[in-house]
Amino acid sequence: MVVLASVLGVFDISLDKLSNGELWLAQFFRGLSDGATYASVALALVMIYKSTGFINFAQGSLALLGVYLAYIFSVEQGLPVALAVVCAMVASAVVAAFIERVFIRPFPPDHVLPLVIVTLGLLLIIDSAVGIVWGFRTRSLPSMFPSGAPIEWGIAQLTWRTIGNLGTVFTVVGLLYLLLSRTKVGLAFRAVSSNLESARLVGIRVGPTLGFGWALAAAIGTLGGALVVPDLLLEPSIMLRVLIFSLAAAALGGLDSMVGAVIGGLVVGLARNLLVTFLDLSELALATAVAVILVVLLVRPTGLFGSTRVERV
Amino acid sequence: MSSTYLEVRGLKAAYGDIQVLHGIDFSVDEGQIAVILGANGAGKTTTLRALCAMVSTEGSVRLGGEELAGQSTADIVRRGVAHVPQGRGTFPDLSVEENLMAGAFVRTDADVRADIEQWYETFPVLGERRTQTAGSLSGGEQQMLAIARALMLRPSLLLLDEPSLGLAPMITRALFEQLTAINEEAGTTMLVVEQNAALALRVANQAYVLEAGEMALSGPADELAADDNVRRAYLGY
Repeated sequence: MVVLASVLGVFDISLDKLSNGELWLAQFFRGLSDGATYASVALALVMIYKSTGFINFAQGSLALLGVYLAYIFSVEQGLPVALAVVCAMVASAVVAAFIERVFIRPFPPDHVLPLVIVTLGLLLIIDSAVGIVWGFRTRSLPSMFPSGAPIEWGIAQLTWRTIGNLGTVFTVVGLLYLLLSRTKVGLAFRAVSSNLESARLVGIRVGPTLGFGWALAAAIGTLGGALVVPDLLLEPSIMLRVLIFSLAAAALGGLDSMVGAVIGGLVVGLARNLLVTFLDLSELALATAVAVILVVLLVRPTGLFGSTRVERV
Repeated sequence: MSSTYLEVRGLKAAYGDIQVLHGIDFSVDEGQIAVILGANGAGKTTTLRALCAMVSTEGSVRLGGEELAGQSTADIVRRGVAHVPQGRGTFPDLSVEENLMAGAFVRTDADVRADIEQWYETFPVLGERRTQTAGSLSGGEQQMLAIARALMLRPSLLLLDEPSLGLAPMITRALFEQLTAINEEAGTTMLVVEQNAALALRVANQAYVLEAGEMALSGPADELAADDNVRRAYLGY
């Protein structure tokens, strides 16, 4: 008991807080909401990782660009937010396809290291370009979903935004699953992911297939950004934070598993909110994400749902 | 008299600075089976890869009179060239059925489904495992799948790289019987690279011996099988 009390003391945990069921529930809902946004960006990371075997560090930056476009379309041009986000998804997909064609495709797809470095460079360039074009002042992007909460228990609110975020991420996963398992372009994408050489030998055009993956991932990332940014403020470094949580989510779920990305995202979102609330660790929120990445890589590098590749030699 | 279907002239291939093929000539007649023999490192695999533009090449490759040099792998596949690469010719993460569907990727006709069922009949073990991932199959089953995957293209030219590699002798014999049957029924022209020279020379019509990136010998398979040098070097008696 003494030990427990001193631990609680160090972390400034009050038993009042811990026994407050409504607070738990409130943080649970917030965690799910955040988690859904991390999951969306994690899905985009997984799309690229599955097909190419590397993490696209520029994924957050493409989403950043997309969210700024959504801001322009909605706040400045007056489109309804949902429509603005859809336009921004299309625009960021086009930009990503262009970037893939110009900066990624010249490199052989099976040499991962140069590609990773290129994506790091793209991260810096895109983030800076966004800052130069739109400035560093913070803005706020409205949410696609109505404010308010249909269900409330005291301070615990299940808001429309939480419901919308969760609904969006599950819809995206469902549509992605259908696309990948039922369509020809999905088959091509999975074939390229599974065996690059055999994919060439059955006549799949590998470059355009990977370009399609980039475009789709950018659209999904932009959607994730449009879910997360209304909770924060829009400024040029915002997606870097989100990227780190999403990386943690993707690593936890297993970098090549879409279901893993969603579950990883929700777990990271919940863990973050509960830790921040009950341990007063708001300064360490980012560190918890990094800690998740480290622990996963040490203990179970394939994550919860990732596949261990077994190949016949 | 059969006509030349694949005609290769002055084919060179290199991996970076390392020249592997030094300008080889050979041809395969329509509907025939040709075999390329040679020691490890002679350039057999590279020859097959060069025909599909999987390595950088120089020289002329004509298929049914049409020049393939300079075309991309994807376009060469659309000309009807199927390639079973050495060892890993499947998509390990895709199901058996998806592997076969991927094999027909460039086809637009309505018979793909029927062809899949046909290969399930030819290779019943694939039919039993149609929903399993290819990576979970045994080596022999994967080789069957790789060949069925290639045949899903309805190729006019089938390139086979060491189809017997890692297979038990009985399975190898059965596999070659299947290949001969497919060659007779569908008239598919085949070019086979094979370590099992005795078996390969039995099923082949034409044979070539590749040594250090040059074509050392060529002729009808039965004549090469009787050649003393070939016998000593590749048949081991």
